[in-house]
Amino acid sequence: MTGSLTLVALVAVMFGAGIYVMLERSLTRVLIGFLLVGNAVNLLIYVMSGAPGLAPVLYDGVDPDEISDPLPQVFMLTAIVINLGITAFMLALIYRSWWLARLGDRGDLVDDDRDERESGEGAADVARSSRLDDTAILDILEQSDEEYEERGSEASARTGRDGADPADRADRGGDRR
Amino acid sequence: MTALVPLVVLLPLLGAAATLVLGRNRRVQLWLSVAVLAAVAVIASVLLFAVDATRGLVVYIGDWDAPFGITLVVDRLSAILLVISAIMLLGVLVYSVGQGVADRHRETPVSIFYPTYLILAAGICNAFIAGDLFNLYVGFEILLSASYVLLTLGGTGERIRAGVTYIVVSLVSSLFFLGAIALIYGATGTANIAQLSVRIAELPQDVQLLLHLALITAFGIKAAVFPLSFWLPDSYPTAPAPVTAVFAGLLTKVGVYALIRSEMTIFAENDLTTMYLVLGGLTMLVGILGALAQADIKRLLSFTLVSHIGYMLFGIGLASELGIAATVYYVVHHITVQTALFLTTGLIERVGGATSVNRLSGLLAASPFVAILFFIPALNLGGIPPFSGFIGKVGLFLGGAEVAGSGEGPAPWVIWAVVGAGAATSLLTLYALTRFWNLAFWRGRDELEGYESFLVESMQEAPEGATVTETRTAPVLMLAATVGLVAFSLLLTVLAGPLFDLSSRAATNLLDPAVYVNLVFPGGIR
Repeated sequence: MTGSLTLVALVAVMFGAGIYVMLERSLTRVLIGFLLVGNAVNLLIYVMSGAPGLAPVLYDGVDPDEISDPLPQVFMLTAIVINLGITAFMLALIYRSWWLARLGDRGDLVDDDRDERESGEGAADVARSSRLDDTAILDILEQSDEEYEERGSEASARTGRDGADPADRADRGGDRR
Repeated sequence: MTALVPLVVLLPLLGAAATLVLGRNRRVQLWLSVAVLAAVAVIASVLLFAVDATRGLVVYIGDWDAPFGITLVVDRLSAILLVISAIMLLGVLVYSVGQGVADRHRETPVSIFYPTYLILAAGICNAFIAGDLFNLYVGFEILLSASYVLLTLGGTGERIRAGVTYIVVSLVSSLFFLGAIALIYGATGTANIAQLSVRIAELPQDVQLLLHLALITAFGIKAAVFPLSFWLPDSYPTAPAPVTAVFAGLLTKVGVYALIRSEMTIFAENDLTTMYLVLGGLTMLVGILGALAQADIKRLLSFTLVSHIGYMLFGIGLASELGIAATVYYVVHHITVQTALFLTTGLIERVGGATSVNRLSGLLAASPFVAILFFIPALNLGGIPPFSGFIGKVGLFLGGAEVAGSGEGPAPWVIWAVVGAGAATSLLTLYALTRFWNLAFWRGRDELEGYESFLVESMQEAPEGATVTETRTAPVLMLAATVGLVAFSLLLTVLAGPLFDLSSRAATNLLDPAVYVNLVFPGGIR
């Protein structure tokens, strides 16, 4: 088997550099290391196909002994596709871990069972209370309108009803709810 | 009949696509997943009967001849593992459905759970029926990619941390595997396992050894063999209970399958039996000593998982008919019992609200049913007589005695030492599990506060500490799935005779690589 010495040297350098970077703590560097070593392995597969020849397409007049070995190229293509998918997943993972790290403890607990339920209940409470607030404000507005009308119509006959008024108001509010 | 072979991979893949499209309709998604895996289980059983009656089944995809195209091969070993995997996948799926329904999909984004799970199933099946090394690599990648997603499901900090370890280690092992394929292709000009079996034997011994070690390093990482096993207990326990169960049961066994295949078929002429025996013994002892120090049951079980891989390595190292037969039986037993134990752990977490012995007590009174469900597989794993763990271990020890007595193969004292280590590991497993049983199930609720005992002195909590969740009742479906798997593990005892005969026939096929070669190349290799 004959192979290109340049490619072998390149494979060696990429392996070395890739493994060195992979040993770092940072996840992004691990990913870069993985990419380097992954491509080094792909090139290694390519080197194993031996001396380059004609394009591996068989038609009349092509000697099967002169074409390149197509199988390693197929392996490489498959490996490249797999590496692409894994890289995409790693990037998502790195983003997620950066997100969690940035949020600190709070970030770690974001999806925790208890915490999520509590925050869910909290959110429901806020929604409920804001709806209550809305209806309460509307009630007050309507009541003041009615009182204004009442006061307008009963302005001449103002009696000591002020004491009964709050209870009356609460009753009406309850009815509306 | 051969048309059925690709279906075990195709059905889960198509099912995954369909469930992904139907992501909004969970009920259809659920039923489709169950139907697909049930169909795979049926097909695998049919294949097992067909393969056992003949020598095996071979499919040449696209009608390309063997060394060039993709070849799918089902021999007895593949068929046995396909059946057991399909049954486990189905059981765990039912369990996860029960959990998902009970939790109202609060904790996990279930819409991607089913498609990913089916892809995992496709990868496992593909690895078992791959007829060439590169297809085996693709199978590994399919199941690993799916496992990355399943392990980091929900993306909590804890799971991301565990996932990073697992993913980086798996990536390294994949690179090793691919590099080994490149070297093997460079040395032999083929990746077809049957052709490799012939061509590797023609290489010089030192080249064989180099290729051999390169390949089994990759498989060793996946199978969690001793010096390469430390990633496992740090990554498995954080996943949801059903995910951990299926990982523990099946993923390491895919690695063990690849090891068996590379020892028996690819590198049949290159002898590494003594190394396997030594690594087997070390894997057992180091694993179980790790288990003894764990307070968290999930971590404890992960360490016993590593430890019991050692028994299978021991069987591979014996390389005798009885040894391999016992290994095949032990793989089946271990897949079942380890999956059942992790599912029971999920039940314990629901009923007891924790997984650490420092937080658990009085479970026997709280839930006697769960107690029984834990107790049976625990005794089984420890190797107590009527159960399958005992049968598998006795088979392995007898195989060891046979090889040691024959005077051939590895040095007898190495074999006897590993048998001793195996017996000690079995007892220590029993100790670790019964200690957990005593503390979590038998100790009264009132004793938990300020409990002092030499049993818990040396225990370590999980790195993330003992988490406590609220106690909930276990839904019927979760219980039913666990009961089903525990009953299946008992069936391995009841049907031990026929099953061990089947394993022996598989071992006979494996010990003669010519059987595999003739299967793939009926007309002989050109």
